[in-house]
Amino acid sequence: MFRIDDRSGVPPYQQLVQQVRQALRVGWLEVGDQLPTVRDAVAQLAINPNTVLKAYRELEYEGLIAGRPGQGTFVTKTLADGSVKRHAALRRGLERWFAAAGEAGLDEESIVALFETTRRLRRSKEVA
Amino acid sequence: MSIALETTGLGRRYGSTWALRDCSLVIPQGRVAALVGPNGAGKTTLLQLAVGVSRPSVGRVEVFGWSPHEQPLLVLARVGFVAQDHPLYRGFTVAEMLRMGRKLNPRWDDTVALERLDRLSIPLGQRVGKLSGGQQAQVALVLALAKRPELLLLDEPVAALDPLARREFLQSLMDAVAEGGLTVLLSSHILADLERVCDHLVILSASRVHLAGDIDAITAHHRLVTGPRDTAARIAARHNVVQARHSDRQSTLLVATEQAISDPAWLVEVPSLEEIVLAYLGQPTSTSTQPTRRLEVAS
Repeated sequence: MFRIDDRSGVPPYQQLVQQVRQALRVGWLEVGDQLPTVRDAVAQLAINPNTVLKAYRELEYEGLIAGRPGQGTFVTKTLADGSVKRHAALRRGLERWFAAAGEAGLDEESIVALFETTRRLRRSKEVA
Repeated sequence: MSIALETTGLGRRYGSTWALRDCSLVIPQGRVAALVGPNGAGKTTLLQLAVGVSRPSVGRVEVFGWSPHEQPLLVLARVGFVAQDHPLYRGFTVAEMLRMGRKLNPRWDDTVALERLDRLSIPLGQRVGKLSGGQQAQVALVLALAKRPELLLLDEPVAALDPLARREFLQSLMDAVAEGGLTVLLSSHILADLERVCDHLVILSASRVHLAGDIDAITAHHRLVTGPRDTAARIAARHNVVQARHSDRQSTLLVATEQAISDPAWLVEVPSLEEIVLAYLGQPTSTSTQPTRRLEVAS
């Protein structure tokens, strides 16, 4: 279930944290679901076990998962509360926007660039 | 924090040439540390000093508190070493290699070796010379792990392997780390894979240590900043610039800093580990008249 992008610049343990949070947000992971054991994650990704432990510690600190001795690590809280119901409508809006961007002649790279610069602009306005 | 490997002012000279100089570093127990640098940087020399096959010209090296050349019996029993190109007796079968390991090592664990070989589907009756490069590397790793080392030193273990064999080798290595009780120091000039496999980094270049520390701490203490060239001096006055690149109007600086960079004219980004390593390796070194810039990052 996990994947690591070596070129993203995001530390591997944060990539794992983000992937679990994302899965919790969109409802792919629900309360009671089991996360891979450290040994399984290590075998699957050829990753340092300390990295998996660090990611799980952070998620545990956030109250999202909990380890049960001898059984494994389980989801204890979801992030999908409420907003997940509105995803479908938001996705339809995005699809309309993608169609409009395509008609305007934007290719995928231009779309990503526009999204990123707009997001950065919004963030700098929030900071200011 | 227990220390697996510690060097203090360590240096090794061959004739008039220093292969390693002023090397002071600490590898805490339980870490997977990468020793990174170009060929000829002193990586093999440092590993050979750590295992005791070479003696320091100056300074000290200690493995679990003991000097490898003064107390070889205490050190060698706890250290596994996989040399470059995984030297094995090519005419021996895999089973014969195991028998040799069993005879030579008091702490030898045959069960560990047989389980690992079985999982890798490496036949015991096969002659080592007939195995693929990836399988030979795996056998060398199995032999090193079967002596149940507390410190495993690997010299360029994956340099000669294709991407699939490299991944499988690192999987075996990480699996051994997951079992616990093992500290790893591996040298590499391949940067890919390092961030997923290692949590500690030592950058060696031109016989000297340029950076050593916990990888997350290193990443947290470096920033890549881009901004107008005419104000670059303002950044350089406040922060330690590791690498600077300039175009006509724009400058990109990789800086090592403890403080936040709040100059509104500058875009601040988190560099990848690869960008940090390349910036340090690209520093002027032997020909420079300036002292080597070195930063110790506490973990």
